[in-house]
Formats: sequence, structure tokens, C-alpha cells
Amino acid sequence: MLSQVESHLRSDRFPHIWCPGCGNGIVLAALVRAIEELGLNPDKTVVVSGIGCSSRAAGYLDFNTLHTTHGRALAFATGIKLARPELDVFVLMGDGDATAIGGNHFIHAARRNIDLTAIIFNNSIYGMTGGQYSPLTPPGKRATTAPYGNIERNFDIAELAKGAGATYVARTTTYHATMLEKLIVAGARNKGFSVIEAITACPVGYGRRNKMGNGLQMLLWQKEHAVTVKQAEKMNPEELQDKIIIGELYRGEAPEYTAMYEEIIARVKSKNQ
Amino acid sequence: MSDVVEMARLMQGNEAVVEGALAAGVRFFAGYPITPSTEIAELMAERLPGLGGKFIQMEDEIASMAAVIGASLAGVKALTATSGPGFSLKQENIGYAAMAEIPCVIVNVQRWGPSTGIPTAPSQGDVMQARWGTHGDHPVIVLCPASVREAYMLAIRAVNLSEKYRVPVILLMDEVIGHMRERVVLPRAGEVEIIERKKPAGEPKDYYPYRPDEDGVPPMANFGDGYRYHVTGLVHDEQGNPTTDPRVAESLILRLHRKIYDHLDDVVTVEGYQLEDAEVVVVAYGAVARSAKRAVKDARAAGIKAGLFRPVTIWPFPEKEVAELAVRVRHIIVAEMNLGQLKGEVERAVQGRVRVTGVNRLNGELITFDEILSAVKEVTSDAQSG
Ligand SMILES: Cc1ncc(C[n+]2csc(CCOP(=O)(O)OP(=O)(O)O)c2C)c(N)n1
Ligand code: SF4
Repeated sequence: MLSQVESHLRSDRFPHIWCPGCGNGIVLAALVRAIEELGLNPDKTVVVSGIGCSSRAAGYLDFNTLHTTHGRALAFATGIKLARPELDVFVLMGDGDATAIGGNHFIHAARRNIDLTAIIFNNSIYGMTGGQYSPLTPPGKRATTAPYGNIERNFDIAELAKGAGATYVARTTTYHATMLEKLIVAGARNKGFSVIEAITACPVGYGRRNKMGNGLQMLLWQKEHAVTVKQAEKMNPEELQDKIIIGELYRGEAPEYTAMYEEIIARVKSKNQ
Repeated sequence: MSDVVEMARLMQGNEAVVEGALAAGVRFFAGYPITPSTEIAELMAERLPGLGGKFIQMEDEIASMAAVIGASLAGVKALTATSGPGFSLKQENIGYAAMAEIPCVIVNVQRWGPSTGIPTAPSQGDVMQARWGTHGDHPVIVLCPASVREAYMLAIRAVNLSEKYRVPVILLMDEVIGHMRERVVLPRAGEVEIIERKKPAGEPKDYYPYRPDEDGVPPMANFGDGYRYHVTGLVHDEQGNPTTDPRVAESLILRLHRKIYDHLDDVVTVEGYQLEDAEVVVVAYGAVARSAKRAVKDARAAGIKAGLFRPVTIWPFPEKEVAELAVRVRHIIVAEMNLGQLKGEVERAVQGRVRVTGVNRLNGELITFDEILSAVKEVTSDAQSG
């Protein structure tokens, strides 16, 4: 399995930039295993990312890779996918990247239901810039720009994606790496906009400041706080309060954008003849 | 059926941009509506599907610029159009296209600013934004049409230059040219040269996406064509790897400049009218050049040796050409719908060798020929009395 992962990595670009205990590598490996499982042609596979620690993942992957500007990965990816719908396009984003600066692109990609698979590395913080609060930092938690505790409410990425029109929505944690791989596979198979939220650990920017320990302790925290969709069904709201519901959260049916555009082309061309 | 319109017809400037871009092979447009550029988006939405191309109205100008870059990377010639406020929003990604060397064209039909200003009024206030709107040091190519037919021709040229040099090219229009209707005779298909970006020839494993050929431009593989590589806005080496090595950073930025500045003869075009024996020269671009031409004609009729110098490429600024003028004329008048944005560049090139006077307007109205004519008369009578 390791060698399968390795064959899709640009090994000459290692060592990577991530801190010890960072969860980003786990998401990266799950993505590679998923692409392997899907049997995708690397020449036709595109990985687009934004800007942030997590978005550096694209550079380590031996596909067509595009490291864009902060928050804009989905807009770049939209251009690629629409121009060449036969390509399989994965979009990697940090939580700040996807839901703060990129929030507008996120909801519109979902509304269009364009066939992209978005993976959001949710470490609850701005990692790359040193631990400022993000729209995913839970209320009360500390960040360099929330030294007295965060007073903003956080988004629920899954609800946001679903509400905006995504047709596949899932969530898991880096502790559940195998599940993550499976969710990415299912998301990629969905013909439409798919969102997979991966809860990951930033021990340096978030864990330390919020007394959550090192990377391993943060993984254990994920294990303790995660409940599957099935388990959650039997739990009441109080029991669910500090829990993370993991698994496939939503599947919807809606026409996909690039396919609809191809229909327009066919219609206009036949009229012109 | 040909993609190129071949007959004489009545056409609007914005429409001419669309037809020119399509003739040059543009098959992707992403944009967000803004006056006075909106007709470009509307017409693209109508025309592209019939040619197998794609149109998308994105959520804003930032997204539009991003989508255009993505489409270009996938191998499709791509264009976006906007006006002042939207042009400001695009800047970060224009810089990205410059750094990652992605061909694309940005049309800016200028409107009166700052801010929302007067959306429908003409202005030439974005001369400096077109040059310095992004952060950091990188070259840009900016073209400025003065007629509807030229809007067509320069749209083609903008696409060609962007493909040839792998740079974002800005087609800087003004509202007058964008909305004006003129009868134009367009060249036939095959009469204009269409340039495609250089493709790598060798094996994918030997491909260095940022290793330049002798002309300073690296061959560009499309995403999906079997050459897997990394694209980033970070400083990168020839393989596309991010690095902070100061030597790599410096040589990359110098190469980005060199690939344009080593080819100024190809990139920079200017137009002269009655310059041979001119003593007073009006420098004007865009719609103002039309008023200036009439003023020059009238001045000649009144016995004044006047001429018109029209930069078609305004960036890189035609420094050599203006410097040459400066040694043989007595006066230069720069007429523009702003407070003197290009005049500063003219002064720089002239280096004090002749007096440079400005005719400026920023009330949302086009500069008239008689304003320019009186300026011409004024400077020449000054000279006689002095
Ligand atoms: C336009 C712009 N604004 C701000 C930044 C600075 N910046 C870089 S990464 C980042 C946040 C990263 O956080 P996140 O997206 O959550 O990803 P992480 O680093 O945590 O993986 C910010 C604010 C930037 N690069 N560009
Ligand atoms: S700062 Fe946080 S997210 Fe960034 S590499 Fe370090 S641990 Fe990972």
C-alpha cells in the first residue's frame, strides 16, 4: 500500500513543510489511496489547491497540480473543468481558505453542482499564518487574534454545502483515515459537486493554544469525539453537543453544470446547421 | 462556415472585441457584468456555444480571472472583460498569471473613477492601474485601440501576444470606443496571423515546465496532455518547485522581464500621422487620438506643422520612439482623459529635451478637437513670441 501511495508522490520534493504531528499528511495519503482505488489516469487527474499549509499538498502529488491564490481554488478549478470536462478534478482547501476568503466561491460551486471533488482540511485555525481564528474555530477557543476566546460562531461546513446545493457531502477525521479514503472515492464517483470535510490536527497553531496536547493526543481527541451517522441517530441533542458526526451526511440529485453546458453546445450547433 | 466575419458591417467596439477574440481562437470566457463592458459578456454567451466554446458568468471578477487562468491551463484560449472596479478585483490573479506564465487576455473598458464614479462616462484613468495594479515587479503588455476596427485587430493581437510570450495581455479600451458604432471591413479568415503557444516536443519525463527556450519563453503543456507538472504563484525553479532561493527568485523575475523587453520591436507598436516635418506633436491614445487627429488636420490647414503620435502599445511604454521625437520636435502635447497618467511617461522619455504640455479632462466627457487645437496654437505662438 505504501508503495502505491509513493508512486503518486513527487518524492524529490520531500521533506514536506508540515510540522511534526500535523494531520495534513494523513489526508494527502487518503487522497492518493482513493485515486488509486478509483483507478484514475494520472495524466487526466488534476489537483487544485488554494493557499495555506494544507494547500501545499498539491505540490507533492504527481498529477497535473495547480497551487492557486488564497480562497480561489474552486474558481480556478471551475475553469479547468468547464474547459475540459473529461478531466477528474480534486480541490484541496484549508478551512479558512474554503469558507472565509473563498466562501463565495464555495457556495457558488455548490449551487452550480459542477463536477469537482472538494476536500476541506479542517484544522479549526489558520495554520500557515500562525494560528489566527477562522470561521471554523469553535466559539470560546483561543487563537492569536482571539486571545480572550473566540466570540464568533463557527460554520457547519456540511450544512453550508448542502444548503448551497452540493450533491455529495461527507465528514470524517484523520483518525478515521480509511473512512476518509472511502468517502473521497464516493465523492469522486458522484457526478456533481462533492464536499468531504476532513477534521485534522494542527498541534502548533491550535492544539497548543487550546491545551489539546500534541498530534497524537489530538488524534485521540478526534477518536473520542467522533460518532457515526448511525450512532448519532440514537443520541439526543445533549449527548451530541460536543460530538462530531462522521460518515456520508447527504446525497442529492441535481443536473451537473458541465453536462448541461455540453447540451447547450449540442443544441446551438444543431440549430446552426 | 467561417468563424470570421468577412463583410463590411456596422459594429460596436465591444462587439468587435468579441469577434476579434473569436477569430483569434478564444473559446472560453468567464466574466461578471459591469458597465461599460457588459456587451462583451452578453455576446460571448451567445456566440461561444455555437463554436464549441464555453461561457460562464462567475460570482465575481476574482472568480472570473481565476476561471480564465484554469481554462487556459487546460489548453483553451481564454478571455475576460471588465471595467474599473472589476479590474481592481482581478489584480491578484493577473499577477498570478504573470508569475505562472499563463496566457490570457483581460479587456478593461475604462469608466470614470475612482470607485463607482460615473459608470457610463468615458475616462482613461486606468493607465497606471493596468501597469502597476498588481503587487511586485512584473512586466505587462497593454494595447489601446482608437477605432472599432482596431478593437477587432487588437483583440487578435492581444491573444497572439499572450500566447507567444505566455503573459496576461490587457486590452485597455475606453467607453467611447467600447460603445461607438462604426462601419468596418474586417480582414478575411487567413489574412491575419493566429499564434498558438509553443508546446513541448520531448518526452514528458524530460519536460521542465519553466525551462525557457532561447527567446525566454518556456514551452507550455496543457493539463491533461500527459505532461504532469506543478504550477504555483510561489517563486519556482525550472521544474515548478517552490523555492525561496534568492538566486532563483532574481533570475525568474529578470527572465519574466526579459522575455518581453528583449522583444520590444515585436511588442510595441505606434502610429504616426504627419510626423515627418512636425514641430508640435500631439501624443494621444484611445478615443482621444481621434480628436487629436482632427486637431492636427486643422492645425495643418492653418499653417502649423503639427503631427500625431499614437502609442498603440502603451505598456511597455514606447520610450525609444518618444525619445526620438524629442530630439526633432519643439513641443509635445499629451492629451488624455485623466490628470496626466501617460504624460508622466512621456516626460520620462523626453528627459527635459522639449516642453511637454498636458490637455486633460476628467469630467466624464471626451476631449474635443478644438481644445487640442487651441493647445497646439498656444504652444506654437508661445514659441514664436519666445
Ligand atoms: C489574499 C490573501 N490574504 C491573506 C493571505 C495570507 N494567508 C495565507 S494562508 C492563510 C490562512 C490559512 O489557513 P487555512 O486556509 O485554514 O489553511 P491551513 O494553513 O490552516 O491549512 C492566510 C490568511 C494570502 N496568502 N492571501
Ligand atoms: S501550522 Fe498547523 S497546519 Fe500548518 S503544518 Fe504546522 S501543524 Fe500543520
